[in-house]
Amino acid sequence: MSNDLQTKQFHTEIVGNNQGSAAQMNEVKSGPRIIDPVFTLEDVSVSYGKYVAVTDVNLQIPSNDITAFIGPSGCGKSTLIRTLNRTNDLIPGASVAGKVMYHDADLYDSKASAVEIRRRIGMVFQKPNPFPKSIYENVAFGPKVNGRPKKSELDEIVEKSLRGAALWDEVKDRLGASALGLSGGQQQRLCIARSLAVQPEVILMDEPCSALDPIATLRIEELMMELKKEYTIVIVTHNMQQAARVSTYTAYFVTEVNPLGDLRTGKLVEYDETKKIFSTPSDPRTEAYVTGKMG
Amino acid sequence: MLLATTMSVVVTVGIVASLFPTAVRTMITIGTQIIGISWAPLFEPPEYGILPLFTGTIFIVAIAMLVAVPVGLAAAIFLSDYATFNLRRVVKPILEILAGIPTVVLGLFGLYVVNPLYVEKYWPIGEPLAYSALGAGFVTGILIVPIIASVADDALSAVPRAMREAAYALGATRREVASKVVFNAGLSGVVAALILAFARAFGETTIALMVAGSFPKFTANPGDPMMSLSAFIGFAGIGDAEVGSNAYNTIFLIGAILFLITLIFNIVGNRIIAKYREAYE
Amino acid sequence: MSQTISLKSRLSPRRTLIDGAFRFFLYLSIFISLGMIFWIVSSLWNEAGWLLSWDLLTKYPSYDIDNAGFQSPLVGSLWVVGIATLVALPTGLLTALYLEEFAGKGNKFSRLIELNIQNLAGVPAVVFGLIGLAFIVRGFVKWGFTVGSAAAVIAMLMLPVIIIVSREAIRAVPPSYREGALALGATPWQAVWRLVLPSAIPGTATGSILAVSRAIGESAPLLLLGALSFVTFNPTGLDSPFTIMPLTIFKYASDSREEFQILASAGSLILMAVLFILNLIAIILRDIATRKRNV
Repeated sequence: MSNDLQTKQFHTEIVGNNQGSAAQMNEVKSGPRIIDPVFTLEDVSVSYGKYVAVTDVNLQIPSNDITAFIGPSGCGKSTLIRTLNRTNDLIPGASVAGKVMYHDADLYDSKASAVEIRRRIGMVFQKPNPFPKSIYENVAFGPKVNGRPKKSELDEIVEKSLRGAALWDEVKDRLGASALGLSGGQQQRLCIARSLAVQPEVILMDEPCSALDPIATLRIEELMMELKKEYTIVIVTHNMQQAARVSTYTAYFVTEVNPLGDLRTGKLVEYDETKKIFSTPSDPRTEAYVTGKMG
Repeated sequence: MLLATTMSVVVTVGIVASLFPTAVRTMITIGTQIIGISWAPLFEPPEYGILPLFTGTIFIVAIAMLVAVPVGLAAAIFLSDYATFNLRRVVKPILEILAGIPTVVLGLFGLYVVNPLYVEKYWPIGEPLAYSALGAGFVTGILIVPIIASVADDALSAVPRAMREAAYALGATRREVASKVVFNAGLSGVVAALILAFARAFGETTIALMVAGSFPKFTANPGDPMMSLSAFIGFAGIGDAEVGSNAYNTIFLIGAILFLITLIFNIVGNRIIAKYREAYE
Repeated sequence: MSQTISLKSRLSPRRTLIDGAFRFFLYLSIFISLGMIFWIVSSLWNEAGWLLSWDLLTKYPSYDIDNAGFQSPLVGSLWVVGIATLVALPTGLLTALYLEEFAGKGNKFSRLIELNIQNLAGVPAVVFGLIGLAFIVRGFVKWGFTVGSAAAVIAMLMLPVIIIVSREAIRAVPPSYREGALALGATPWQAVWRLVLPSAIPGTATGSILAVSRAIGESAPLLLLGALSFVTFNPTGLDSPFTIMPLTIFKYASDSREEFQILASAGSLILMAVLFILNLIAIILRDIATRKRNV
């Protein structure tokens, strides 16, 4: 399996503009040059039963950087990010076609362990969802479940993770208090700390700030910029400005109404460096979105 | 329509009205005799030591819970976190069938199968008799498994999917998510299930009468026949105690006690359910 | 250069073992539940399956096993539960309607009623028998040990369940129905009578059948109401003595002679068959109701 990929390393050069060619509108031929991608998606499409949520996804996600998925609601960006750590497995009827590679391993290989995948690829959700336990126990859950650390080791891990999530100073005196007593922003940072505690390589974030106020949002964005030094981050956001602020690469998705029915399917339109997407995008649809003509 | 509504209030008032005056009167008459270990209100001379009835009830309920709680909770966790949609469709009816078995039939089963073939044969303590609290408890346990399973399943299923997803995202296995996260989050509902099942077992009459017998015995051996609070009401109710006699009134006293205890459990159980429903809406 | 990654499971043997044991225990419990049903039914069948014949339905209880049957208890049950349902169903439905449609939601009276109903549902059946004994058989009403008294007590038993079930059925009717009717100028009463009630009937019917099943199987309260007598004739009217299936079985079970054990088992089989048919009807009704709603 690994050999195949080595011979197919994606070093796609940036091909010229795709403007004006209707036939080419549906293909992402252009793309950034990414070396040693953490994720490689080839012709991926995700369905729930017969309903195709998102399709035609071809992209690579770089390491130690922030990649953003943007687009109007319903375009499948959440569905896609959940594919990256097999969270969609929990939904009955969900299926993935195409290849989702994590480094050189096929995520959906029958021998791959979902549990192991999720330990390496963590996830933070839209609405902060701390467990109804103490702050300490929330962060300790991952390590406890993945091994049997001694109390001293556990204390260290908890502190390190909370520091990593920029939450330590605020909670160090009340680690035993219920996590549900924290503010929204604090809870979300707790969820990040929780993920950090299992030492993942990747942190997926599905609209992590949409339930938070602007100040909390800013703090999390600052945190993300810190975190990317050690982790790979993929973020779904409906807030374009956020994508422009924090991400290095951006993928823009759109919904298309299926001519055969009423269902809408998401499609990847353009994937490139953020600065390019927001200044000189190749696809006119991307341009329309980022300049605010569409939602 | 208002009339119809007031009917339900009437019924509750009716219960209180029918039981309590008589009960209080009887209580006063009996006085401290009630703290005794010999219960024979229908005999001459009558004895009113209520403790044997309590041991009878407690043994039966305890054994029932011992049997039903593991099976019921396991079924609930299975339904909420392990079963696929189709498996659920198969298992839920099984539980409903179990719930539909009439208590007489369960009592029969206890009397003809459980007691003679198992308790009498294998229970080492005491003499083997046709009646035992052990058998009654076992069969009552079968009775309450569906209650625990369905109420606990409701509670566990109500735990938001987001919480499960967060746990899975940390690399936890299904068992870890179900037992360490979902179960904890749904704990109050699970407790409510146990309380409601407890109350049901407490008030069960027919099984107790048929399988544990009608001999009030103050003993610590569950293999012995015993009489529960509810069994006494059934037993005495069949007999021909004179209306208005002390013996007759004791039926109401015990009824009042039974009503009060189950009422408290039910109120607590229902309150807990109401609270956790609020929390998730 | 790309890393070679293995996504194989890295669960410690301890975790895998506990996972497996847990799963085994869960499945075991389901099998135990199923097994109990089989055990009970097969024990009964072994004991009395051979005795089953139409004779059992046409003959009357007797001490002579060759001439014994269950007609009077079956008919007695029919009378008692039938009359009880005739009383409890409309009462319960109307109460539910009142509570859902016309009562103020927060006010003290409705909350009192709600509390009452929930708690009534948990009262042990014997206690209802006691009330019956005190008030109906002897007290003010003085009906004695008759079908009428029994029906009254059973109606009290069924009432809370029917109310709870009807309320859910009424709540399931979409508010748009009511709003639509009111917008056409109907009075609230008309909207309820012509629109809400008919839509709620299938749900109520299903739940009521379950209440009926429970009522048919009830034995304890009627012990106190004289149904244990050896009655060899069908009830002749509300004021007639009677017996019911569960108690005839009970009576036979109290006798240690072998013939009666067999009769009791046979009676149980018949009783369970009746309940099974009833539940099947309930399931079919539920299916029809769901299909109607989804059309």
